[in-house]
Amino acid sequence: MKKITQILSIALIAVGFASSAKAQDDKTLLGAGATFPYPLYSKMFSEYNAKTGIQVNYQSIGSGGGILQLTNKTVDFGASDGPMNADQTTKIGAPVLHIPIVSGAVVLTYNLPGDNNGIVLTPDVIADIFLGKITSWSDPRIVSKNKGVNIPALPILVAHRSDGSGTTAIFTSYLSKVSSDWNTKVGQGGAVNWPAGLGGKGNEGVSGLVKQTPGAIGYVELIYALQNKMDYAKVVNKKGKIILPSIASVTAAGNVKLPEDSKIFLTDTDAPDGYPIAGLTWQIIYKEQNYNGRSLDRAKKLLALLWWNIHEGQQYAAPLNYAPLSKEALKVAEKIVKSATYDGKPILK
Amino acid sequence: MEVFFKKTLIIIALIMVVLVLGIMLTLIIESIPSMKSLGLKYLWGKTWDPVNNVYGAYPFLLGTLLTSFISLIISIPFSFAIAVYLGEYNSKGWLSNVLKNLVELIAAVPSVIYGFWGLLVLVPLVRAFEIKFNILPYGIGIFTSSIVLAIMIIPYAASMGRELIKMVPSNLKEGAYSLGATRYEVIKNVILPYTKTGLFAGVLLSLGRALGETMAVTMVIGNTTLIPTSIFAPGNTMASVIANEFTEADHTLYLSALIELGLFLFCVTVVINMIGKFLISRYTNK
Repeated sequence: MKKITQILSIALIAVGFASSAKAQDDKTLLGAGATFPYPLYSKMFSEYNAKTGIQVNYQSIGSGGGILQLTNKTVDFGASDGPMNADQTTKIGAPVLHIPIVSGAVVLTYNLPGDNNGIVLTPDVIADIFLGKITSWSDPRIVSKNKGVNIPALPILVAHRSDGSGTTAIFTSYLSKVSSDWNTKVGQGGAVNWPAGLGGKGNEGVSGLVKQTPGAIGYVELIYALQNKMDYAKVVNKKGKIILPSIASVTAAGNVKLPEDSKIFLTDTDAPDGYPIAGLTWQIIYKEQNYNGRSLDRAKKLLALLWWNIHEGQQYAAPLNYAPLSKEALKVAEKIVKSATYDGKPILK
Repeated sequence: MEVFFKKTLIIIALIMVVLVLGIMLTLIIESIPSMKSLGLKYLWGKTWDPVNNVYGAYPFLLGTLLTSFISLIISIPFSFAIAVYLGEYNSKGWLSNVLKNLVELIAAVPSVIYGFWGLLVLVPLVRAFEIKFNILPYGIGIFTSSIVLAIMIIPYAASMGRELIKMVPSNLKEGAYSLGATRYEVIKNVILPYTKTGLFAGVLLSLGRALGETMAVTMVIGNTTLIPTSIFAPGNTMASVIANEFTEADHTLYLSALIELGLFLFCVTVVINMIGKFLISRYTNK
């Protein structure tokens, strides 16, 4: 019965969106999607409203839902923690633009009795722990990297997300890049067939499991770990440097040459100071803005908002523990925003 | 007025029927892609792998049935005891009222609260128990979720049983007493046989609740797609998988497989209810 009410309420929300999009007034833009950047977006949009009088109504219904809403043309922009996949691209049927806004990171949090914040983990160790191959904290591959740190010889309990999420997509993308074993056996996605461990719903579910079980290790968003003052591990990156996850090292991870469409997982970055388990979060719009009888005025307002998000809006990121765009990423983002058209003509000069 | 009233009743009843059929039809239509691609293998497949588009519902079917029936077994002694006590021993007065309301309150508490209680209070207890008996000490798993579920479903069978026991005609009971029966004998030989069908219906109601419960189970079952090896192992249920993965199911087949899981749960519930109805009618015809 619960499920049924859920489906019904989704339908009702969809109807609500449809009618509100029809009755769009010129002062309101609509967006929907990822929950991860929601605190930042609400701050940015309220500042934007104070400045320009334009109201942005953002619903954090999840990345998949945001893309669906954009596909159904009920919102002006969608927001997602992962680039659209092949299936979603076919369904939407028109070229879209992914505009990177900020980046976030996934950290490994653990519960080991004693004072041992910031233990060092190497990529192969992380992959083998989540593959269920390393089952004890006394494994020589862990101990040899953490000389002088008190690591009790407990069995390892792996905690992962049970719900589909962008966090899992970033983390599994990382594991697939650093471990061919993981890549062939499990692969990457928002939800995967976990070879080991227990699932918790949401960041709070995973951290709950970790906090309760001595010897547990799990992955959560950096911002969540910071807010809840959790222990998290330093990770050895591609260049062999030991990196503590932080806003600076996450921004640094994006300071590499990005593809022109910015559709990339930043994981296992080449940047020497970059934290390797990081990812961008995007706002997504149609490339051609003249659809569904939209006015040029509305398209201009939307593009102005996006331009503001990647420039002035960036100052609100760091105080809320999001990593602002790197120089390289900003260049790419500017180019993408400028490539939006109305009747084939560029909207922003 | 008479006609108007009758027509309104018919229309409202029809709306309910149409709604249920509509839900079933939607579930069937939406699960066609998954049925086409996976066929019947879906029902007993043991892997659930959204990355490679391989879906098998067997581990979740097992999890659903295990948690529901174990919780039923745990809850029955409690709900029957409550029903007998409040229906026969102490059916009037303020104490009876307080107890009755408290039991009904159990049903009113939101399931997420039970989930939290399970996670924070019950899980450490179960873990301590598991350590003592040398079982892998996860703390969460099928057993823990069965206990949480058992508490949640007690009021359904208890309330229904209490009402029925109260309605046992007093001349039957008085007859038994006058023949020299003790209170225990009256309960055993008059009240329980008289209310058997209703008590069973109450149990069925509890079972229905247990089959569909989502939130509380998700929080304490461990959410793994591996097949549970014992009742202390972590597992997952159909309802919990749907709730976990529905919002971010990002390709057609994945979404369709989840909806088929809903359809499957729908069918399982219907079948179990039909078996229950059949049992009831068999016993009452005797």
